[in-house]
Amino acid sequence: MIRGNKHYAWQSTSWLVALVLIAPVLVMLLSGLFASGELFVHLWQSVLPTYISNTLILSVLVVGFSLLFGIPSAIIISQTQVIGRQYLRWLLLLPLAMPAYLVAYLYTDLFDYAGPVQRFLRGCFHWQAPSDYWFFDMRTLTGAAVMLALVLFPYVYMLVRTAFESQDQQLIRASQSLGLTLRQSFIKVSLPLARPAIAVAASLVLMETLADFATVQYFAVNTLTTAIYDTWLEYGELATANALASVLMLFVLFAVVAEQRARAGHRHQSNRPNNYIKIRQLTWPQQLCCAGFCWLLVIAGFALPLCLLIKMAIDYASFNQLQQLLWSGINSLKVSLFTATFATLIALLLALFKRLHYSSARSVPLQLSGVGYAIPGTVLAMAMLATFGPIDHWINDLAKLLDLARPGLLLSGSIFAIIFALVVRFAAIANGTIASGIEQIPASLDVAPASLGVGLKRSLLTVHLPLLKSSIFVAWLLVFVEAMKELPAVLLLRPFNFDTLSTQIYQLISDEQLEQGALGALLIVLFGLLPIIYLNKKENNV
Amino acid sequence: MLKKALGRCLLLVSVILPNLMVQAEEVNVYSYRQPFLVKPLFDVFTKQSGIKVNVVFAKKGMAERLMREGEYSPADVLLTTDISRLVELHDKKLLQAVSSQVLEQAVPQQFQATDDTWFGLTTRVRNIYSAKRLGNISINYEDLADAKYKGRICTRSGKHPYNVALVASMIAEHGEAKTLEWLNGVKANLARKPQGSDRGQVQAIHQNLCDLSLGNSYYFGKMLKDDKQKVWADAVNINFPNQGNRGAHVNISGVALAKYAPNKANAIALMEFLVSEKAQKMYAETNMEYPVRAGVAVSKLVASWGKFKADTLSLEQIAKHRKAAIKLIDQAKFDL
Repeated sequence: MIRGNKHYAWQSTSWLVALVLIAPVLVMLLSGLFASGELFVHLWQSVLPTYISNTLILSVLVVGFSLLFGIPSAIIISQTQVIGRQYLRWLLLLPLAMPAYLVAYLYTDLFDYAGPVQRFLRGCFHWQAPSDYWFFDMRTLTGAAVMLALVLFPYVYMLVRTAFESQDQQLIRASQSLGLTLRQSFIKVSLPLARPAIAVAASLVLMETLADFATVQYFAVNTLTTAIYDTWLEYGELATANALASVLMLFVLFAVVAEQRARAGHRHQSNRPNNYIKIRQLTWPQQLCCAGFCWLLVIAGFALPLCLLIKMAIDYASFNQLQQLLWSGINSLKVSLFTATFATLIALLLALFKRLHYSSARSVPLQLSGVGYAIPGTVLAMAMLATFGPIDHWINDLAKLLDLARPGLLLSGSIFAIIFALVVRFAAIANGTIASGIEQIPASLDVAPASLGVGLKRSLLTVHLPLLKSSIFVAWLLVFVEAMKELPAVLLLRPFNFDTLSTQIYQLISDEQLEQGALGALLIVLFGLLPIIYLNKKENNV
Repeated sequence: MLKKALGRCLLLVSVILPNLMVQAEEVNVYSYRQPFLVKPLFDVFTKQSGIKVNVVFAKKGMAERLMREGEYSPADVLLTTDISRLVELHDKKLLQAVSSQVLEQAVPQQFQATDDTWFGLTTRVRNIYSAKRLGNISINYEDLADAKYKGRICTRSGKHPYNVALVASMIAEHGEAKTLEWLNGVKANLARKPQGSDRGQVQAIHQNLCDLSLGNSYYFGKMLKDDKQKVWADAVNINFPNQGNRGAHVNISGVALAKYAPNKANAIALMEFLVSEKAQKMYAETNMEYPVRAGVAVSKLVASWGKFKADTLSLEQIAKHRKAAIKLIDQAKFDL
């Protein structure tokens, strides 16, 4: 622990950084207080109840499907000797690399009336019109939920699998020695022990669902995000839009609190767990079911969309496109590099502050700075404009007063606003990764250097940072990839002549011409694979 | 190490930011129109004048952005795809009047603002596409609510600007109560929830999902020229509605000068270029729109669809009802 005024600077910097990160959110909430009651009443009497119920149904469905996909696969991989286990272990993570809106587009193309599947069926059975047979409709609430769950379930799989693998097996063996069968002990002991991990995963999935914009829009499923968009851009009522955004935030806050409560119960693990899991041998029919289930998830969430993308890229790629792609690609890289670097540095500052500083509220800055993850990109973009717009005006007014050249919209009109928004949104990812890395450093290492007369700065540089190297890299990589995929915030904040890969692809998708952007989409997916490959490699080396 | 890294980051930011500042001999455009539609025009303009054109494709939120930016906005020229957006910009006092003989003479009176704050560039008709299997039909917008078309109509979101403008024109013609009744009728006739683009609806007709859809005229031309989409277009007839009475609803794509345009002279040069014969021909040939400039012919393909009678109601009158139109669309729960 560090005491005294010597580190006052560190303390104030940590608080300042956290406050700056949540300032836009506060500005947004404040502006929501001045919402027009009249428009609110009109929306309430017309579309709002449906938007809210759609949001709720979508959230429940996506979380439900994600658990349905994620928990069984986690159980299969961690507990059984399924064929191809060593490959499935990391293959099941791959769908994370796919942006949901891409998967949605590709599957709609595949399963639409004019798509190859229905054409094939019509050819086989000589059906002529849609009324001749029944086929599921992709562009529905359930369709959107399945699409989102297909790319979000790896969160559940990853966290729950880790939870199972780190469980104290002595507890499970004890339960069995007391007469429980294998199945009973799994349901009564293992599953409840994994409950906090399931809750964390479910809340992650929920946040991503509420933040989604492109998928629901493409599927014509109107949710609260649609309402925020419409209220702001069609009715021109920013304050009411902010009020709606605050309602959305309440939803998310509810999820976060529920998740933290669930995690508070995560204390009945022993300090010296015995992690040696007795792997179950499967009978042939069981093998077939389990392996089939896992492979189906990998194929549906990753392999099939990837193949469709590759085919489109081969069919439609042209030289002209490559040039445009190069520019968007460079912009994407620029945005992602800055976002990842700033988010990681901030996480490092705040997590080390929490660990090393003596102060009763030392974990507050870290918690505050993570709030942004709960805010959809569209809402964040609005908050950025509301915050930096006035600051830009002050800067320009000041320049005018001092007879200097007008600097223009330095903050709200440049990629600064985009990077700031993305750092706010993804700080939580970097925070979580680095904080858990720090937790693994024994507490004795905080004190030992001081007892040997080594100063804080040197002990940080020579002890903590080298031990954290891998966590820092993982945090950086995860934020980098998320920033690469992020769409709504960039869409609303981009300056002149500025497109990223995701905005370029979105424009093409909204005009139903993804074929032209397939190469760019492939690039985003390939970048998304980087952290998965790295994490898998690291895991194998342990 | 931290300090060093931070220092490097700040250095990089300081390298990037100046690139984004306004430089001389350029003009900044906020555009609703898509890149592939306007880029070729800008390229010719830059070649002719040496003025670089910077574009933000601000499909949504242009007015909101301009309002926030206020007097420090870098925007010079504003391009929109429909009249409602132009009038919205005008009503929020984000435009300035342009006194230009060239613009005055090129654009017919009915397609420019009375106070010279905006000018139309092209006109586009809101057509009704019908399946070829229906044969040749004569149809009014009002007929879309007729029970005989139950389950046979497809459309994109009711809140898309093109549909909002059509609903606004219905309000101007019939009043709010009748228009709401009409919207409810159309909704009851929909074959599926409003979704996709104007082209997507024609594709749905080709697939037998519906028989009628709303769509802008130039999309028909675009589909005919696209190998993949030609089969969709071949399955439909393009109809000009209300030919026996007030005429088809016509919208405009237009241009305006931003109130605080920092490059005013360049902006006016660009605006004048866009109504020049050369640019208007490009609009007609590449985009298959109806040029506003008298004497510039429509493309051969567009001409083959025949002449039509257009609604003569002033566009400003129609745009006045935009907000009411959105409210009615929500009230009818049209998109849900």
